[in-house]
Amino acid sequence: METKAFQKIYTKLTQVTKATCSLKASGIGYEEMAIVHGRLAQVVKIIGEDVTLQIFSGTEGIPTNAEVIFLGRPPVLKVGEELSGRFFNAYGDPIDGRPPIEGEERQIGGPSVNPVRRMQPSEFIPTGIAGIDLNNALVTGQKIPFFADPDQPYNQVMAMVALRADADKIILGGMGLTNDDYLYYKNVFENAGALDRIISFVNTTENPPVERILVPDMALTAAEYFAVDKHQKVLVLLTDMTLYADALSIVSNRMDQIPSKDSMPGSLYSDLAKIYEKAVQFPDGGSITIIAVTTLSGGDITHAIPDNTGYITEGQLFLRKDTDIGKVIVDPFRSLSRLKQLVIGKKTRADHPQVMNAAIRLYADAANAKTKQENGFDLTDYDDRTLKFAKDYSDKLLAIDVNIEVDKMLETSWNLFNEHFEPAEVGIKQEFVDQYWPKN
Amino acid sequence: MEKTIKMTKGTVAGIIANLVFVEVDGPVQQNEICYIDLEGTKLMAEVIKIVGTQAYVQVFESTRGLKVNHTVEFTGHMLEVTLGPGILSKNYDGLQNDLDKMDGVFLKRGEHTNPLEDDKKWEFKPIAKAGDVLEAGGWLGEVKENWMPHKIMVPFKFEGKYTVKSVASAGEYTILDNIAVVTDEKGKDINLTMTQKWPVKLAIKAYTEKPRPFKLLETGVRVIDTLNPIAEGGTGFIPGPFGTGKTVLQHALSKQAEADMIIVAACGERANEVVEIFTEFPELDDPRTGRKLMERTTIIANTSNMPVAAREASVYTAMTLGEYYRAMGLKVLLLADSTSRWAQALREMSNRMEELPGQDAFPMDLPAIISNFYSRAGFTYLSNGETGSITFIGTVSPAGGNLKEPVTESTKKAARCFYALSQQRADSKRYPAIDALESYSKYAEYPELIEYFRANIDPDWPEKIGLARDILIRSREVAEQINILGDDGVPVEYHDRFWKGEVIDFVILQQDAFDKTDASTPLERQKYMLNWVLDIYHTKFSFESFEEVGTFFKRVINQMKQMNYSEYNSDKFKQNEKELNTLIEERKIA
Ligand SMILES: Nc1ncnc2c1ncn2[C@@H]1O[C@H](COP(=O)(O)OP(=O)(O)OP(=O)(O)O)[C@@H](O)[C@H]1O
Ligand SMILES: [Mg+2]
Repeated sequence: METKAFQKIYTKLTQVTKATCSLKASGIGYEEMAIVHGRLAQVVKIIGEDVTLQIFSGTEGIPTNAEVIFLGRPPVLKVGEELSGRFFNAYGDPIDGRPPIEGEERQIGGPSVNPVRRMQPSEFIPTGIAGIDLNNALVTGQKIPFFADPDQPYNQVMAMVALRADADKIILGGMGLTNDDYLYYKNVFENAGALDRIISFVNTTENPPVERILVPDMALTAAEYFAVDKHQKVLVLLTDMTLYADALSIVSNRMDQIPSKDSMPGSLYSDLAKIYEKAVQFPDGGSITIIAVTTLSGGDITHAIPDNTGYITEGQLFLRKDTDIGKVIVDPFRSLSRLKQLVIGKKTRADHPQVMNAAIRLYADAANAKTKQENGFDLTDYDDRTLKFAKDYSDKLLAIDVNIEVDKMLETSWNLFNEHFEPAEVGIKQEFVDQYWPKN
Repeated sequence: MEKTIKMTKGTVAGIIANLVFVEVDGPVQQNEICYIDLEGTKLMAEVIKIVGTQAYVQVFESTRGLKVNHTVEFTGHMLEVTLGPGILSKNYDGLQNDLDKMDGVFLKRGEHTNPLEDDKKWEFKPIAKAGDVLEAGGWLGEVKENWMPHKIMVPFKFEGKYTVKSVASAGEYTILDNIAVVTDEKGKDINLTMTQKWPVKLAIKAYTEKPRPFKLLETGVRVIDTLNPIAEGGTGFIPGPFGTGKTVLQHALSKQAEADMIIVAACGERANEVVEIFTEFPELDDPRTGRKLMERTTIIANTSNMPVAAREASVYTAMTLGEYYRAMGLKVLLLADSTSRWAQALREMSNRMEELPGQDAFPMDLPAIISNFYSRAGFTYLSNGETGSITFIGTVSPAGGNLKEPVTESTKKAARCFYALSQQRADSKRYPAIDALESYSKYAEYPELIEYFRANIDPDWPEKIGLARDILIRSREVAEQINILGDDGVPVEYHDRFWKGEVIDFVILQQDAFDKTDASTPLERQKYMLNWVLDIYHTKFSFESFEEVGTFFKRVINQMKQMNYSEYNSDKFKQNEKELNTLIEERKIA
């Protein structure tokens, strides 16, 4: 870590807490970085000469006479083409055994894009997964998380989406990633021959949790470099944002802030929004798309972390194990892509929106029929047909192992409608029924 | 008025995020604006508390790099907006900076841009003449702003009466040219231009009376206009868990509502949603005027990633612009998405100041702040007998979707219409997901409005609405019974009752915001369709079994949805209607 010759060294801490230490110093800038006892730290409070530093890796073992050196700058990342294919820790230092990269120093957590310089997202991202493309189409410049229970294969689905997504760069921000999952990503990217367009910033479960706070900003600073300076299509994967938020709450609790719901800091909404709002489409073709993971505890989406996330992101994707077919599906009820209407029926066939809605409505009818069945009531003929439809729909379209083109998804849907229903029961605009209802 | 006094200066004494402590050398006032000099970059900030010689200021921008002893200059005034022609069609941030005038892709700290154009010429026509006596808000003349008559007024800060000495003759002027001279009560002449300033936290009271709202504001959204109507000059709010359709509904209102001017305050929400307006509104037509929607729209964009402190300011900025246009005798619709974000901004600051927290750590005075804000909306009579109004509808984003939380509860006390979005309806894609029975409009009970409905829509309108509600309630009750007892555990009539409610749900309540035709339904057509569903309700049908009931009504619904999708009274509409009639005849008991 760099130090400069003229820098003043302080050696007297006035206070040490679990997350912070304080000392007397002057001429210090807010959010400036420092090194305390060899550990990276950042200024979080200045009152007169009293400066409080947050120590990312924790304060265990820090003595009152620890050496403190201020770096005279906020946290930075060196950016350049050489970032491609590299693996870094939360501070942006290489962890792949290769030398640090040379490049322009950029402050992380920089300013927001002027909203009038954005363009409305309009480029469809096909993934081949019908549960996504048909019902929850993704668009470049979108931000969307998987809301998943910890035991669900979200990392696998995310890696699959990333590789199929036709992005110029894929940037992985790993927070509290288990070493196994980290190696999984590394392997998948390597096997796909995609390593040269991947950049990773990784904090694993072996690293101090508070360091995670830096990961999204690091990943997004790199993303902005490629999207703004190089006009590239960048896909950013952030996993797991729940662990990121947990780290925020550790810090705020240790700093004695009044917690709001679920002992999260009152600023959680703004903190998460700052990250997710980096997703952007520029008029010149550059874009940042963010796909994240927010793990749930016990499926509870009213917890402050998924709740605030839901209010920020442009929809969410839910995975669910469908026991009828024994596969993991993308849940059509709870999943939602808010930007889908910008592309479906426009970049895809005109009947797409109506087919999507009709199928989901019928699937909902099946869910009702199922409840009836479980409550021991007789089913009507219509109920029976919806149940059969639901099973086929789940297997042929919703399952995450589906990999087909959108036109094929629509065709499959029309065939299922035809197999199980009358046009009036499906309730699609007549012109589409005339055009696409299979003639037999 | 403005006195020349020595401006107070100060130095930074402490920094916690965007809360800065400033040691001052003279008098400061609560809510005064100051600029902190961060090595040449001027950071704008507002005084929020004063203790001895320390002013606590909230900085509207990032404080990264700020140091103790940086200098601060106070301005002597509160946060103000600049009022004058040129506000329409603008994209402002929460502090009224013109976003289009900023350089570069990223927002730069300390960059402040002119909200108006100093050199643009406006075609001015005088209204007042020499000798007229006017008060603040009195009309001196007007210019055409897009297609709107934009009144040039006696500044709102003026107190007492002013005699017009001269008004410029018709012609082209810039906003900085003198367009009138008025004489105050002491005989002093004052030169006026087309522009003035006003502090956003104070209400502009340039009206003589604020009666109870008595007219309907048409929105084109059936579940609002027909079942839970909002009045012109009224207030409403839309609480709903995330993803239930608050923003889509507000966008629909901003496109369709019958207003002269729309102000959209994007307060701590997504930038892409603002971009949607930037992109679509210049292309979309206002059906009433044939002009482009953007011509009547002003956007205040303080999205969630923009500075938190400016979020709070943004709703006040929007309201003040609304009050300015209301004083011109215009019908303003103000939409804020989401007022919860503004409350959260207050919470963040209150926590940083270590104030005693109220419920959920919100500041204690949150209810007062909210009701004070809502009270600025309203229908007004101006001193010249004209009327102007601000209808305000805000969204609320309750934590965890639970309506028992401080922002929802405080807003419920302040707003008169309640549009509750239901998670269940959103999940089953019954959009707009407004729960028609849970929601209410207090205006629907106002005798003034009831009279208005009878005179302007249908003499029996209130009774018809009451009936529609009853049908929905009964349908819901029957649905519960069927759930418990099973389809064949109840008489066939129960199914009939259930499905007649579903017809209202599918045909009146549900509305496709993304379909060109269905998105907006004029009142005449709403009445037509309501009569249709009530006719169906009154019709007796013969059914052998409950299966037949469902099958039949699904076909009815399908047919009526096709009607909703067709242009009103078009051949297609009539064709669908004919088929509907045939369908009904099949089962009807004569
Ligand atoms: N009237 C409607 N017609 C069709 N679809 C709708 C309608 N209203 C909402 N939706 C669907 O629901 C999605 C979410 O709606 P919207 O963005 O308005 O939710 P919101 O309540 O504003 O959520 P948040 O609190 O997160 O901002 C939309 O993207 C759209 O897919
Ligand atoms: Mg919204």
